Amino acid sequence: MERIYLDHAATTPLSKEAFDAMYPYFSDQFGNANSQHGFGRDGAGAVLEARQSIAKSLGAKPNEIYFTSGGTEADNWALKGTAFALKDKGNHIVTTRIEHSAIYATCKQLEKFGFEVTYLDVDSEGFVSAESLENAIKDSTILVSIMYANNEIGTIEPIKELCEVAHKHKVLFHTDAVQATGAVRYDVKDLGVDMLSFSGHKFYGPKGIGGLYIRSGLKIEKLIIGGEQERTNRGGTTNVPAVVGMAKALEVALENLERNNEYVASLRNRFVEKICEQVDEIYFNGPKAKDYDKRLPNNASFSFRYIEGESILYSLDLAGVCASSGSACSSGSLEPSRTLLAIGVPVGTAHGTIRFSFGKSNTVEQVDYAVEQVVSIVARLRAMSPLYHPTASTIKTVK
Amino acid sequence: MYNEKVMQAFQNPQNVGEVENYNAIGTVGNENCGDIMQITMLIEDGIIKDAKFKTFGCAAAVASSSTATAMIIGKTIEEALKIKNSDVIETLEGLPPQKIHCSVLAEEAIKLAIEDYYSRQGK
Repeated sequence: MERIYLDHAATTPLSKEAFDAMYPYFSDQFGNANSQHGFGRDGAGAVLEARQSIAKSLGAKPNEIYFTSGGTEADNWALKGTAFALKDKGNHIVTTRIEHSAIYATCKQLEKFGFEVTYLDVDSEGFVSAESLENAIKDSTILVSIMYANNEIGTIEPIKELCEVAHKHKVLFHTDAVQATGAVRYDVKDLGVDMLSFSGHKFYGPKGIGGLYIRSGLKIEKLIIGGEQERTNRGGTTNVPAVVGMAKALEVALENLERNNEYVASLRNRFVEKICEQVDEIYFNGPKAKDYDKRLPNNASFSFRYIEGESILYSLDLAGVCASSGSACSSGSLEPSRTLLAIGVPVGTAHGTIRFSFGKSNTVEQVDYAVEQVVSIVARLRAMSPLYHPTASTIKTVK
Repeated sequence: MYNEKVMQAFQNPQNVGEVENYNAIGTVGNENCGDIMQITMLIEDGIIKDAKFKTFGCAAAVASSSTATAMIIGKTIEEALKIKNSDVIETLEGLPPQKIHCSVLAEEAIKLAIEDYYSRQGK
């Protein structure tokens, strides 16, 4: 059976170009980039080039790019680093109800240490309004952190506008651009953000590598310490092949961004149209507009009423279709997704949510096969559901 | 996450639907995970002649429902009331720890359906 990968928001396969670029740095040029000899210089040279390439890709200066173990670390660093550095100035942080758990859990931890966090509401399509941010900022606010694009429903936030609001009040602005990077063309200077997180494996680069852009002149507290790496700001031996691979992957992604987006969006749109035609009683979550500046081109999130996400997911998997229930990070948890609740999806319906995320290697045939499978699985599970055409019987709740 | 037996029961569940002319129905829901399980039975002369389920829930909930209904068909009411969630787990050769509550739902649904039968009999 052919397996069809429709989970590109969880991770993407490493591109051939990135793999080839990384290859020499695993064995032949294995040196520690901090060593003071020929092997070390090989590594250091590669890291320098990668940093310049990524800086160029994002519109930053090379000394504003810091490599981390991934998006999660970058998010942790931006929030804790800023909170610790500015704790004497204020203790209030503004974020949203739809952030990735790397931000949400970090905020929850900061609350335990005396910080106050405001979680902004979003509208039914997942958008944060400048007005709500304006109203949330107060004298004690030290940081605003709002994601660039949502991982579950694909909403692209108006970051430039939101950043202007924060700056008007002299408050720092961070964005988690993990889903946006490689799918949305941006320039950090044009956006105006003070910090921005990204992750290699979301744009056909390697896993276990990411980065944080920190605007020059901004000093935040360190998170991972114990080495001189990253100009003493982030300890730990530099993952040379991963850094090289991420730089190459980003370069390739941006080179082909418009063409790829158009192709991926065409697959997504075909899928969405067919599902909406053939399955009733569903919600298509996220922005209705398919503009590239409003919604990620790869994302389609559906809530199927009367049935449960895990059952759908496993049934799809048995049919060779690999998707995700809500978001991959919340699988294993019994809690419905915070993002879905924030956009107003009822709890029961939120449980029946599947995220399909398309990629450049998917085909029209795969999309059509996936549609067929979704249609038949939803019908089968609904026939099995006590909520679909229910028999009159009261439900007793057990704990 | 699941063993082969659970996946088998999930993929090819037995006794899906509602028993025609049922005289016992029990619907239970778990307040944490939102799963809902309905069991209908036809009971004659103290024996469960037939049982079917409808379940809103994860693969473990479907597998537990299928297993539980298969376990009670042909049993007396007294025997069915003795079925514990651990018996369902044993038949499925194990469930992941966070899915144990699905088997509890099956035990509760059986008990509730039998209670319903008694109340219909005016006992």
